Amino acid sequence: MVERVTSLMTNPEKIRNIGIVAHIDHGKTTLSDNLLAGAGMISTELAGRQLFMDSDEEEQARGITIDSSNVSMVHTYGDDDFLINLIDTPGHVDFGGDVTRAMRAVDGAVVVVDAVEGTMPQTETVLRQALREHVKPVLFVNKVDRLINELQVDSQEMQVRLGKVIDHVNKLIKSMNEERYKAGWKVDAANGTVAFGSALYNWAISVPMMQKTGISFGDIYDRCRAEDMKFLGEKCPLHEAVLDMVIRHLPNPLEAQKNRVKTIWHGDENSAIGKSMAKADADGDLAFMVTDISMDPHAGEVATGRLFSGSFTRGMEVYTSGSAKKSRVQQVGIFMGPERLEVERIPAGNIAAVTGLKEAIVGSTITTLSDMIPFESIRHVSEPVVTVAVEAKHTKDLPKLVEVLRQVAKEDPTLQITLDEETGEHLMAGMGELHLEVIAHRIERDKNVEITTSKPIVVYRETVKNKIEPVEGKSPNRHNRFYIYVEPLSSEIVELIKSGDISMRMPELERREKLIEAGMGKDEAKAITAIYGTNVFLDMTRGIQYLNETMELVIDGFEEVMKAGPLSREPVSNVKAVLVDAKLHEDTIHRGPAQVIPAARQAIQAGMLLAEDSLLEPYQKVFVQVPQLNMGGATKEMQGRRGVILNMTTEGDLAIIECRVPVAEMFGFAGEIRSATEGRAMWSTEFGGFDIVPTGLLTDIVAKIRERKGLKKDLPRPTDFIGL
Amino acid sequence: MLTFIGLGLFDESDISLKGLEAIRNAELVYAEFYTSSLMGTDLEKMEKLYGKKIRMLSREDVEQQPDWINEAREKDIVFLTGGDSMVSTTHVDLRLRAKELGIETRLIHGASITSAVAGLSGLQNYRFGKSISVPHPYRSRRDVLVITEAPYDTIKLNSELGLHTIVFLDIDKDKGYMTVNRALELLLYVEKQRGEGVMENKIVVGIARAGSEKPLVKAGYAEKLKDFDFGAPLHILVIPGKLHFIEAEALVKLAGGPEELLEDLSQ
Ligand SMILES: Nc1nc2c(ncn2[C@@H]2O[C@H](COP(=O)(O)OP(=O)(O)OP(=O)(O)O)[C@@H](O)[C@H]2O)c(=O)[nH]1
Ligand SMILES: [Mg+2]
Repeated sequence: MVERVTSLMTNPEKIRNIGIVAHIDHGKTTLSDNLLAGAGMISTELAGRQLFMDSDEEEQARGITIDSSNVSMVHTYGDDDFLINLIDTPGHVDFGGDVTRAMRAVDGAVVVVDAVEGTMPQTETVLRQALREHVKPVLFVNKVDRLINELQVDSQEMQVRLGKVIDHVNKLIKSMNEERYKAGWKVDAANGTVAFGSALYNWAISVPMMQKTGISFGDIYDRCRAEDMKFLGEKCPLHEAVLDMVIRHLPNPLEAQKNRVKTIWHGDENSAIGKSMAKADADGDLAFMVTDISMDPHAGEVATGRLFSGSFTRGMEVYTSGSAKKSRVQQVGIFMGPERLEVERIPAGNIAAVTGLKEAIVGSTITTLSDMIPFESIRHVSEPVVTVAVEAKHTKDLPKLVEVLRQVAKEDPTLQITLDEETGEHLMAGMGELHLEVIAHRIERDKNVEITTSKPIVVYRETVKNKIEPVEGKSPNRHNRFYIYVEPLSSEIVELIKSGDISMRMPELERREKLIEAGMGKDEAKAITAIYGTNVFLDMTRGIQYLNETMELVIDGFEEVMKAGPLSREPVSNVKAVLVDAKLHEDTIHRGPAQVIPAARQAIQAGMLLAEDSLLEPYQKVFVQVPQLNMGGATKEMQGRRGVILNMTTEGDLAIIECRVPVAEMFGFAGEIRSATEGRAMWSTEFGGFDIVPTGLLTDIVAKIRERKGLKKDLPRPTDFIGL
Repeated sequence: MLTFIGLGLFDESDISLKGLEAIRNAELVYAEFYTSSLMGTDLEKMEKLYGKKIRMLSREDVEQQPDWINEAREKDIVFLTGGDSMVSTTHVDLRLRAKELGIETRLIHGASITSAVAGLSGLQNYRFGKSISVPHPYRSRRDVLVITEAPYDTIKLNSELGLHTIVFLDIDKDKGYMTVNRALELLLYVEKQRGEGVMENKIVVGIARAGSEKPLVKAGYAEKLKDFDFGAPLHILVIPGKLHFIEAEALVKLAGGPEELLEDLSQ
């Protein structure tokens, strides 16, 4: 097996890098397990029911996947062997960051949809993540056995239902990227980009499989009805149907990189490295993107990711984006089954796992070039919505805690660790309560630091409502003045930033065009000097001597405010700050950091307060499925939580309620909805964006935040920052 | 009454008799040493000589919240600085604030580094142009290194008029004292970027520990002095413009400058 794997990895045409994505519980891990077993990489007993790949005890206990797993397998199609590098991703929204990252490493995705539940909110989210990364989808409709045996639909109804799932998935693909949809990314049972089956009972069928085996839908229906899973598993093995589909319809790295590189890297396509990545040249310079970091008890920190260009060899020296230091690659590995296999050399096009990259964090670009433009950062669709304060139980553990927090942040970029400078507390912000709970547990279990965590608190954002006249910010020595105004940044531009469509890294002209297209004036588009979060800083001045060498300081002042706004010291969102004039001391010594940073900072702080600084609060979309009988209890529960019902549909005797609720009101929801509906409600949530806190609640919430942070309780006024 | 007292260049005994008397008669004594510091002494020695407790002020106390000057409405307070309080510092601002508050002010001068520079180098005081400072480079949060070009511009401007330039060297509480060596390195770096020849084959004068028993004065080519050991701080740098023959002679004989300076003039 080792030889098969190592010889395949040097032949990109024989490689497929794929991810398994779906809504929670739709059967990703069961599928991945059985694919591994089918390919002979693990024993059949281990797979399936025991969820071999959910190996973590926390995963076993909760019955969900928490971390992505990287595995590989060899599959024979026609006369040829193929190497399948597969990533099983988690379905719970709190761990959605893993999906986003996995999509950077792969070229294709098997989207799993539960035949009984149909497409669900996360199905939509993961599809969007795949398409955004230029990752091609195929569809696996799972749990067909339940459709037949539990729901007891007849053969006709089964086909109608399966057809509906396909239609719905296509509708999603089309709405997300019509161009790709038309270019052949539409999934279609007839051409073999859809398979149906039961991951649990290890069988699946697709149109090509029907042709190959002579088994029809009717046969499947009858055998399944008769619970003859053994027959189905032997005649239409799951791994054959699914992996054949993967090999035929998902692109190999050569085909994929030709098109994908443009999406994930904004450097010059015609540069040597640009060309080398487009053709996955194993002899080119190294370009590797880290998508996962984990701790191995023996090898230490393992960085896994996608190698787009060049080859990894042991001992080679590489640069990490954002760090001037070089690191030396120690072990070089690929996956064989679930194990990491050390090899001498890994060529472009593979998913590689290496050690020794001391400077790397998830999202780093690793390269042999000293000046390569890094890959676009991996942007997760959701943002941290809850925070806990973490403390070491024993003060002697404090230094260790600091170290451990740095490590967990390195491994999980959706986690935000900040030191609250006022209180000295370490704050850990994440995607949801479960996310933080799991991390806290792991800090204790794996890193051996006993900690206490506070009750979760909602993460707020500051933003302004109005546009104001320029505010004058004076330097402490009064020799420098900056005139800055602020206003809300339009949602179109915010979207461009969030989606990663514009960044300061991309060529200026390209950025300018996109901004103008999104409605920004030409002069403003030209004047963008910094982007921080979803905020921008514009320099609209002309010809002021030495302003260019002072600009970095002004931007430092801007960033300080964007990190912690004047109202509540929460991060700022969607603000545009515009410098319109400046007066500078001629001698650099009198316009140093101690002068310019506070001047710029205070002008922006005062400006934001004048522009009616307010709070944004995070929302969750909540989807509830409940028998119509219990619907009243459910809707009342939502409305009691400042929830807005967006949509209500019925299917049979089930009501499906879709609503939007502030995260602040969601604490304790699980218990309450259970009692409100006699335990009959099934529900899931998803990140629902940020919205302005109702004016009536603002003062109260701000006062609470300020109190918690040990700030003066009185709300700040513009004059606290500048003399007016 | 608020009295500004310049303490002179190097140690506690550089103060004028008039200044010393004023301190001894004062009700409150304040001082700042962030703009320049007296390297040859310390707070304890000063307090011992003056017979008064000195209250140290930070940059914030002087620039942002100079509330302490309010005390001068009723009391006689003195404010001490290195050098002369009004020459290379920016304390005129304080004097203006005092004026606004209706507080009377008075100046007692100390020797300033600008006069020491002229004296030690032999360059004539009336032939200096604008002065400028070389600060430590700044690395921003976005990891951009900013090296100012203002000194280069000022030297260029002065040189075009044949004038000398005093280059003050940064004193930073975190990054430490800027040295002649580092300042020359930075100027030569800008020269490389701009390529306008301002620092090319340029004679410069480095001065260390002015005001001490053994000040060091060394003239030479920038490229060479970059690696010359000037010893402990404080340092200051002068970029001579067009030399008068007396000045040239002084640079050669008093500052160890190269002989060809004299030849250049005789041609
Ligand atoms: N009847 C039936 N049950 C299945 C099938 N596939 C998976 N299941 C069950 O569905 C549940 C969830 O399966 P998993 O494989 O853990 O689902 P997942 O998508 O990996 O879940 P997350 O990773 O937590 O999102 C388990 O109880 C499986 O046994 C299937 O084809 N038929
Ligand atoms: Mg799973």
